Amino acid sequence: MADPILELVSLVKRHGGVLAVDHVSFGINRGEFFSIVGPSGAGKTSVLRMIAGFESPDEGEIRIEGRSIRGIPPHRRPVNLIFQSYALFPHLTVAENVAFGPKMQGMATGDIQSRVRDVLDMVKLTRKETRLPAQLSGGEQQRVAIARALINQPAVLLLDEPLSALDQQLRQEMQGELKAIQKRVGISFVCVTHHQKEALALSDRLAVMHQGRVLQIGTPEEIYGNPDCRFIAQFVGNSNELRGMLIANEGGSGLFRSHDLEDGQSIRVHVSGDVESHKPVAFVVRPERLHLSETIERSAFENSLQGRVEKVLYLGSELQYTIQLSRSVQWTVQVSCLSGRQKVWPVGTTLFVQWQAQDGLVLPL
Amino acid sequence: MNQLSRSAESLGDMGNPVSSHRMTYWLLTPGVLWSAVFLFIPLMVVGVISFATRGTYGGVIWQFSLENYRDVWHVVYARIFGQSLVLASLTTIICLVLGFPLAYYIVRLSPRWQAVWLILIMIPFWTNFLVRTYAWMFILRTEGLLNTLLLGLGVITTPLDLLYTDKAVLIGLVYGYLPFMVLPLYATLERLDPAFVEAAQDLYANQWSVFRRVVVPLTKPGIIAGCLLVFIPSLGAFLTPDLLGGARNMMVGNLIQHEYLVARDWPLGSAISLILLIIVIAAVVAYFFVEPIRSRQELEP
Repeated sequence: MADPILELVSLVKRHGGVLAVDHVSFGINRGEFFSIVGPSGAGKTSVLRMIAGFESPDEGEIRIEGRSIRGIPPHRRPVNLIFQSYALFPHLTVAENVAFGPKMQGMATGDIQSRVRDVLDMVKLTRKETRLPAQLSGGEQQRVAIARALINQPAVLLLDEPLSALDQQLRQEMQGELKAIQKRVGISFVCVTHHQKEALALSDRLAVMHQGRVLQIGTPEEIYGNPDCRFIAQFVGNSNELRGMLIANEGGSGLFRSHDLEDGQSIRVHVSGDVESHKPVAFVVRPERLHLSETIERSAFENSLQGRVEKVLYLGSELQYTIQLSRSVQWTVQVSCLSGRQKVWPVGTTLFVQWQAQDGLVLPL
Repeated sequence: MNQLSRSAESLGDMGNPVSSHRMTYWLLTPGVLWSAVFLFIPLMVVGVISFATRGTYGGVIWQFSLENYRDVWHVVYARIFGQSLVLASLTTIICLVLGFPLAYYIVRLSPRWQAVWLILIMIPFWTNFLVRTYAWMFILRTEGLLNTLLLGLGVITTPLDLLYTDKAVLIGLVYGYLPFMVLPLYATLERLDPAFVEAAQDLYANQWSVFRRVVVPLTKPGIIAGCLLVFIPSLGAFLTPDLLGGARNMMVGNLIQHEYLVARDWPLGSAISLILLIIVIAAVVAYFFVEPIRSRQELEP
């Protein structure tokens, strides 16, 4: 890591007897959009609150620009937090809310006014300066919250589930805008979310947390395309899974066999990590990497399994098939509707599910 | 046919709210009647008497006169009004200063300890106010608990002269009305989202600024409710000044009682009562009219 602006070093936090944050370490680069993603209770909010100073770590250290911020109270930390509820002061206008930080830092009134104007301009709220938060829509409140934090030009901006209060449409709109704002101001953003799609869309890099631990850190492509463990494969995006073991592994090209498939077929896989042969492992493959057809196309795909259409969901841009591969195995297959005349196989059709060896992964249980 | 059924539907739509409104009125009636009979009628009687004339042996002669309202402005009465206003204001301020930290502390406790503290605050209500005031006489008198303690500890060398002074009245009033300040403050502080406090801290506000710029403005309704609940009854208090203040420290309440029961001048007592009522109403109304204007001005950038 070239120039980390924020470093977490082996951070530990216990809530009662529970280890909420378990030796979490990572660094965040200057100007990076970093997300911490995980299910609720993963400890991600605790990490954020420790950076902001509302909780203090039991062990470990937080460094901003190389200096430890241990013992520094929240109001003297060069970070700002955007709260999940926004926490806009209901008795202050938009302009007063935004001016709160600079005013508390003792900036001159004239400077504050011009800064407020600039930052409200950036979030497109110039005309709402004199409104109270209650008079704004959800999206506008979100913008005020962003402006109120950005005006302070913090070293790191923290966001706690920033878009969770918005409806689907607005959420996607704000995603694009949030990312654009971040690139424009060049401030490092650390965003906590349980919404994995949001994390993939927004982040330069992300950390996946589960039960207090960081499981994997990487770019969205790395996390989605090459998850380290089954949990990530399931949590970030969807995955189809088979339990079984590697029966052969020669230089990264292996054979996987599962008892859950009735005809005892083996599957060709690409083995990247150090997965031992003849030990229980899981095979995972993404629904959109699978190909459905009525005949086997050996030239294009190394693997094919026969199954029966159990369910078909039409989702507009794609069709989602549920395919019964054996008595105990059901897989999901996504087929993009590339043309308006996409063929839809009815329930009960027998088809071949096919994919390339490199699209499947073998992960430890 | 179609039209007919539609109009029948709209009739049905109208029928429901009307009948539920009628129900609402029926439910309101007992409360409204109670207030009318037991508040407005006696108040009217007091109002009428205040314009009558005092009989030689104490009765009321039904002869219209403005004499009573002229008498109220006598310097003795005016001083009592003034002293009452000062004592009631001081009581309110002291209760606020004592009550706010107390309520703030209670809100931060676990729900279980919150309940314990709230019960402790309300326990005094389980005993008669008169008995509790006598207890204060025992504490405050020259050879009382407080003086014995302070003399014993060597804090003072001569006993403090507390009982039968306005200080004793103030102590008694603060003691009596503190719960009325704490409970509404607790209620609003409890509803204050901790995220507002954290947001202010996050935006570089120190403890004092958090308190002044966020906590106080957001708990204003509770502060106002508490202040009114303390100010109004302490302005009209008569038991506390009577027992703890002695004859020299009269408040309006004592004056009214004196006019009714001792001087047997009902018309003057009624006039004083009404003026007290008008002062209280004026204070409340003034607050409600001034406040929205002021807050609107604050909003201008």
